[in-house]
Amino acid sequence: MADLLDGMLQAFWLLVTLDSDLLEITLRSLRVTLTALAIASAIALPMAALLVVRRFRMRRITIAVLNALMGLPPVVVGLIVYVFLSRAGPLGVMGLLFTPTAMIIAQVIIIVPLIASIAHQSLRELWSDYHDLLISMNASQSQRVKALLWDGRRALLTAALAGFGRAIGEVGAIMVVGGNIDHATRVLTTAIALETGKGDFAMALGLGFVLIAMAITVNLAIHWLGHTETEGRW
Amino acid sequence: MQKPLFPLVAKQALVRRRGKVLVGPIDLTLEGKGTTIVIGPNGAGKTTLLKMLHGIERMNGGSLDWACPKEEAQRRQAFVFQTPIMMRRTVVDNIAYPLQLTGVGRKEARQRAALWAEQINLGDALDRQAMLLSGGERQKLALARALIREPDLLFLDEPCASLDGRATREIEEILQRAAASGTRLIMSTHNMGQAQRLADEVLFVLQGRIHEFSLAGEFFDGPKTTQAHAFLRGDIVE
Repeated sequence: MADLLDGMLQAFWLLVTLDSDLLEITLRSLRVTLTALAIASAIALPMAALLVVRRFRMRRITIAVLNALMGLPPVVVGLIVYVFLSRAGPLGVMGLLFTPTAMIIAQVIIIVPLIASIAHQSLRELWSDYHDLLISMNASQSQRVKALLWDGRRALLTAALAGFGRAIGEVGAIMVVGGNIDHATRVLTTAIALETGKGDFAMALGLGFVLIAMAITVNLAIHWLGHTETEGRW
Repeated sequence: MQKPLFPLVAKQALVRRRGKVLVGPIDLTLEGKGTTIVIGPNGAGKTTLLKMLHGIERMNGGSLDWACPKEEAQRRQAFVFQTPIMMRRTVVDNIAYPLQLTGVGRKEARQRAALWAEQINLGDALDRQAMLLSGGERQKLALARALIREPDLLFLDEPCASLDGRATREIEEILQRAAASGTRLIMSTHNMGQAQRLADEVLFVLQGRIHEFSLAGEFFDGPKTTQAHAFLRGDIVE
């Protein structure tokens, strides 16, 4: 209990004094996660819409695999990315290992199936409403995809936020590919792991509270920007 | 110069679902003028017939031929559903959408949609979400959205079902204007008064088959089949 109280005080103090280390790793956390989220959304959302409107062989299996990949163990993803990016790996020449870019790659791999699966669920419902109308209007496949993505944007926001939640709290994969290097790849989650390992629970808790506050702030900001829960908007 | 759309010729056209024949086999030739009203009891296959002719219900047998290529025919027709499908957009964006599909810019499409909205008395609701409209307003919006591309042929599946008298009158006025400007209408209805007001010819459908196809006057004055006779009398027809 004392640790918890100390943690809250630490968090408060870190925030009030605008601790430069905290600011640096918080901004890095945000940069890595938001970049991964943008890339993953650009991949996952059109993919989900295509899976809804397009009929092809193995479609059901593809959807099942996508759903199964939601539970990808982050450490394994980190390990695979590590192997690819390590000096002896196929992408080793790019020198990306232990950089924020490597962390972004790992996060993208982890959250693409999650965003795509959730988006697929909501777009499937929208498609069942729109199916006859869009076919009747002779809309092409890309026009159908665009209509679904635009009209379903508020539901898709939820999918993206789920991806953000998963990415911002991710520690296993980014620890492996980022290495938790001070002033280079250290982010909030890896810093928490480090402080816990050192036995500085108050600091770890302080960082934890900052992480939670940041996640809530970003969620609220996105909801506010997206005008969700406003009367007459979907 | 555009090729004519009609005649539409269906030969042994058939729709089957889960082993059950819903419509057909049907032989039918539709010419390019006037309003055809499709009537028949519930479950007779009116909706499936309209969807099959429009091309959104896949046929399991037979053929359906237009006077022009199928893709062109598809572009020149529209469909209004019994339960109007509202896109999750504003009124003006709903009406403008079919134009945008054909490459018309958003601004111009919205301007033209606003004119249509005025015509259907939704000029004050341009920026309202379409999902918030009443049943009658939704159906008028669906009608404007279908007519904005000035289709040569408009299918309507019981567009006035569950609407009050005023909304029905407004819909009928829009349909009469569309017919007067040359749009061919093929519409199903349960409302015999409406059928008499609008029909030039009547298709009587029963158990997925066309039992009678004749001019409206002939049909309402003296139907040829006993089933049609019974239906007009208000008897239960199976």
